[in-house]
Amino acid sequence: MATVPLEHSLILAAALFVLGMAGVLARRNVVFVLMSLEIMLNAAGLAFVAAGSRWAQPDGQAMFIFILAMAAAEVSVGLALVLLLYRRFKTLDVDAASKMRG
Amino acid sequence: MNLAFYISAAVAVVATLMVITRANAVHALLYLIVSLLAVAVVFYMLGAPFVAALEVLIYAGAVMVLFIFAIMLLNLGPATVRQEREWLRPRVWAGPALLAVILLAEVVYIVGPGRGPAQELPTVGARKVGAALFGPYLVGVGLASLVLLAALVGAYHLGRRERPSGRGGA
Repeated sequence: MATVPLEHSLILAAALFVLGMAGVLARRNVVFVLMSLEIMLNAAGLAFVAAGSRWAQPDGQAMFIFILAMAAAEVSVGLALVLLLYRRFKTLDVDAASKMRG
Repeated sequence: MNLAFYISAAVAVVATLMVITRANAVHALLYLIVSLLAVAVVFYMLGAPFVAALEVLIYAGAVMVLFIFAIMLLNLGPATVRQEREWLRPRVWAGPALLAVILLAEVVYIVGPGRGPAQELPTVGARKVGAALFGPYLVGVGLASLVLLAALVGAYHLGRRERPSGRGGA
């Protein structure tokens, strides 16, 4: 009963990252863009944890905790911006933000 | 035991695929929660139980609650009532529920008597992670707390409703 090879974990992380990137590029609703960003950050954290577990070191998990803190900060500011965008333009289309002048 | 990794990896990829193709934000959130739970099972299989617990608590718990609050604040009016009625139909939650049941069966199998991954996987527990965080990564912890404080102040400033113009609405 061998452990999971590192390559397979990295392939999973890459698949999740690419799916998140496709979401960021394809969706116009800003809430979905934020969700896809969360997926991408999570995939990056998965790569860190997989690499840390390959050598049985805690550094990968420490990095994941930093990514977690950064994702929480990013999503709180991002959702506040979403509410502001909706209040200003009455839409969630990210292209509406290009009409801002200032 | 490797099979559990591949099943939860498949669940994660399928759920993520559903997230980026849903039209309704709440449906996408249900799938996103399942995807994060699947990644938590993957972490457990990789011998990182502490990070798996953090993934469930903070990602699938706190961050998703934040998303749900934002969506609740956005969808006011008759659209919410229509959505509420739509939620009662089983086809909305059947997909996430099926994927979640697969994960639950897997977890029950993993943590069953005498089958824990601790025997064959090098588990890095919370004690080692904590020692690393408050040893060589102490500066990083301080910077992370600064980032969180900046996010707190920033979110408060952005979320504040401007009084004199009385724009508000929504």
